[in-house]
Amino acid sequence: MFVLKLVIKNALRHKLRTLLTITGIAVAVMSFGFLRTVVTAWSYGVEASAANRMITRNAVSFIFPLPYSYRDQIARIPGISQITWANWFGGAYKDPADFKNFFPRMAIDPETYFLVYPELIVPPDQMKVFAQERNACIVGKKIADQHGFKIGDVITVEGDIYPGRWDFVVRAIYTGRDKSTDETQMFFHWKYLDERIRELQPGRDGQIGWYVFLATDASKMPAIAQTVDEQYVNSRAGTKTESEREFQQGFVSMSSAIIRSLEIVSFIIIGIILLVLANTIVMASRERTTEYAVLKTIGFSPGHIIGLIGGESLLIAALGGALGLVLTFPLAGAFAQMFPTFFPVFNVETVTIILAATVAAVAGVVAALFPTIRALRTSIAEGLRAIG
Amino acid sequence: MIEVRNVSKSYRRDSLRVPVLNNITISVPDGEFLALMGPSGSGKTTLLNLIAGIDRPDDGSIEVNGTNVAALSESALAQWRANNVGFIFQFYNLLPVLTAFENVELPLLLTNLPKKKRREHVEAALTLVGLADRMGHYPKQLSGGQEQRVAIARALVTDPTVLVADEPTGDLDRVSAGEVMTLLDRLNKEFKKTIVMVTHDPRAAEKAHKVMHLDKGELT
Ligand SMILES: Nc1ncnc2c1ncn2[C@@H]1O[C@H](COP(=O)(O)OP(=O)(O)O)[C@@H](O)[C@H]1O
Ligand SMILES: [Mg+2]
Repeated sequence: MFVLKLVIKNALRHKLRTLLTITGIAVAVMSFGFLRTVVTAWSYGVEASAANRMITRNAVSFIFPLPYSYRDQIARIPGISQITWANWFGGAYKDPADFKNFFPRMAIDPETYFLVYPELIVPPDQMKVFAQERNACIVGKKIADQHGFKIGDVITVEGDIYPGRWDFVVRAIYTGRDKSTDETQMFFHWKYLDERIRELQPGRDGQIGWYVFLATDASKMPAIAQTVDEQYVNSRAGTKTESEREFQQGFVSMSSAIIRSLEIVSFIIIGIILLVLANTIVMASRERTTEYAVLKTIGFSPGHIIGLIGGESLLIAALGGALGLVLTFPLAGAFAQMFPTFFPVFNVETVTIILAATVAAVAGVVAALFPTIRALRTSIAEGLRAIG
Repeated sequence: MIEVRNVSKSYRRDSLRVPVLNNITISVPDGEFLALMGPSGSGKTTLLNLIAGIDRPDDGSIEVNGTNVAALSESALAQWRANNVGFIFQFYNLLPVLTAFENVELPLLLTNLPKKKRREHVEAALTLVGLADRMGHYPKQLSGGQEQRVAIARALVTDPTVLVADEPTGDLDRVSAGEVMTLLDRLNKEFKKTIVMVTHDPRAAEKAHKVMHLDKGELT
């Protein structure tokens, strides 16, 4: 009781110093929480991939197509249950410089695509309408909310890979089954794309961006990948087949250097928190050397001294940590709003909160360690001599 | 009764041993008011600290009211100090964040006295030193003499038998010093406290029954 009272009074002794320390810790904890959120959001893509989903793409690069004729050939390979395909459409919607307008647009096969991606939930009645209308499209709930898309709205996209003006009618809105499901995509009929491109650029029809299929047995996936790729090894369009997880990881690892550096910075921040706090606690307890000696003279125990120094350190760490955590949410929110489609899922996770709180608490303990040991080791006679 | 027998003490500075006290023997009967004088660095504070159980001798024994102080464990010694000795320092050493009342209450927090009893004791002690009207003041709001009187109230609030004072008037003007000495004199005469006081000030030493001189670690 007395120790707590003295801890608070001591913390208020140099109000500016305490305030600056709390602010410093808050800023650092906020940065830590934010960076961890970015790192977590990044890895969601990998987590969201299904365990038995496989992707076949052009061996040269993701941007080169595959012939439509591969569909039945691949589907015949044993161990493959359901196959579908998609083309990256791209194009520009409204002002392409605005990040909000950059959401994935893909041409897909309405009959099979959602069988391979069961985590995309489409209301059955909407699905029926979508499947019947040539230029219909499905949008994710997240972009529908962001852009105010409603059933019946027309989305006009200026093509780039596939030139021309494209109008799509929103006929369905899908939601994600899991928290990690990407709700920022737009899908339309591959047939519509294929037919129009046959008119515009004859010869470019019958092309597939990539095939996606399910393996009946996840453990057979490497063998299946090998079978598919061997089948086309001497074809004009060679293939590269891998599990979706590997595929996503390939994506993620392209940027893994950046992510790794964010991770490193987040750990450097822990060091900064510690230094900011330790600086204050070391200074404060040095100033109070005589007071600790007086308390010991009167009969106060080492436990009281530990409580005074550790208590002040933890108090400042807790206030700074709490403030930092509270500020992490608006920061993450503002970031998510600035780049709405950059990360399909961008949430401050509970584990991030726990991690940041733990960092602050551990910093509180560690910062108090050396000043406390020093205060306990200083004999009363030395401590009393400290001022004169 | 304080019995200091053949006590020696030295400090280690770097690798050198610096002898501070050399085979000191003193006997202070109950109710005595002893002044220790001597030049700076002669070991007065060190001897006072040994008697008060703040420091330990290298050699010899110190007995206070029958307790061999030097033989107690660290925590037992802390307990013993809390029960038996009151301390008065040259620079008062009040905690600046606590009021006069709270400073005087400090030693009582280690006892199991209820809050109400503690308040009575603190008020009595502050009344005794003439500062009943300054209980809510912080040290900053008090004069040096008043601060020292608060420190004296803190030293006597647990009713110890021995008071040790290290240059209690060293930082005070003449009037305040006079008040502090009158107070110590009264504590000795009226309340029968045994007082051991280190001082440079001959006027302060006049109040003592007995004056001892320390020079280069030896009594003269
Ligand atoms: N903790 C210590 N470490 C080293 N030397 C000390 C220590 N305490 C006291 N001394 C030395 O012991 C001598 C006596 O000190 P002290 O008892 O304070 O003298 P006085 O109070 O008479 O001025 C001085 O030379 C002082 O420097
Ligand atoms: Mg001295």
